[in-house]
Amino acid sequence: MDWTWFHRFGSPPHLYRIAGRLMPWFAWPTAILIALGLYGGLVLAPPDYQQGDGFRIIYVHAPSAWLSLMAYTTMALAAGAGLIWRMKVAHALAASCAPIGAWFTVAALGTGMLWGKPMWGTYWVWDPRLTSELVLLFLYLGYMGLRAAIEDPQRADRASAVLAIVGLVNVPIVHYSVEWWNSIHQAPSVMKFGKPTISWPMLTPLLIMFVGFTLLFAALVLVRVRGEILRRERQSRWVAEVVAS
Amino acid sequence: MTPRRRRLFLVIGILAGVAIAGVLTLQAFRENVMFFFDPSQVAKGEAPAHERFRLGGMVEEGSVVRSPGSLQVQFTVTDFQQSVPVHYTGVLPDLFREGQGVVAHGRLGGDGVFTADEVLAKHDENYMPPEVSRSLKAVHPEGAPQG
Repeated sequence: MDWTWFHRFGSPPHLYRIAGRLMPWFAWPTAILIALGLYGGLVLAPPDYQQGDGFRIIYVHAPSAWLSLMAYTTMALAAGAGLIWRMKVAHALAASCAPIGAWFTVAALGTGMLWGKPMWGTYWVWDPRLTSELVLLFLYLGYMGLRAAIEDPQRADRASAVLAIVGLVNVPIVHYSVEWWNSIHQAPSVMKFGKPTISWPMLTPLLIMFVGFTLLFAALVLVRVRGEILRRERQSRWVAEVVAS
Repeated sequence: MTPRRRRLFLVIGILAGVAIAGVLTLQAFRENVMFFFDPSQVAKGEAPAHERFRLGGMVEEGSVVRSPGSLQVQFTVTDFQQSVPVHYTGVLPDLFREGQGVVAHGRLGGDGVFTADEVLAKHDENYMPPEVSRSLKAVHPEGAPQG
């Protein structure tokens, strides 16, 4: 099997160029889908039979929560690839995922708290789902903190990659916490086997938002990974040429 | 073994080790991770007898009794196997209603009555417009639609 494409992908200038070329293909659909999804979710979808209009926070909450887990998984896989194949760009990719994932986690926690107050009667309880999602935020912050604390870039890459891989066990815990233990958080309505337990007029905008948020994540990663590559390769000649042109 | 394969096994080893440690820890703390006990667990004596704990389940249909002129309310929490009577004084969340899930925090008295000082509503994973809920209720008059 010919592996040149794989090694080409490992070359920083190549990834820098590809990421720049791909970015608009993610950014435009993101803008369109999120606009469509928000209009569908906030205006077209009917109110819920029990929660009234309060349920509409799901259109931001559920996609954010999904991305908080997706971003972590991507980060840990990239970090693992960086460890195994000593690929610098894989570490750059992992490092670009962390702040984006952390913000999605903050969004999931924040919107959840705003919904929890009127619906459950409390902003926060130390429930398995809520607690494991908070641990996820701390894993992101720990990963970023560890990278920032170690000056030698190679050692920072390796140490933070181990942390990212260790933290990967929390991802299934977050997702399955509502099924494994008694939790105040409801079970998934969409991300499960079987029929979604949310009616179609409400589900359609939600699915659009899921795709929109996922593309948003991809677009943000592409932007960040370019910056990360430039920062790492700032001594090299190709960066000087890119900056000069 | 090439260094690359050694690193691959190292990464897999880390993941497997941490996963096993995680499973064992969660298994050991099973009760503490549980956010609430259901009425069957209470009936079996699994809930702490002299300490505060959370009781979760459905509010039984027709069991809510409010005392006029006060915030006192009585209702029965059931998991359709066992049920526990609950006394509570205070404001109830918007989603509190008969046939819906609740989590009550308090103590179980010697008389089998659970005295709560906090009642939270638990929402289920069913989302639907009011019309759909009404037509579902017409088909299944016992209430809560099952997904």
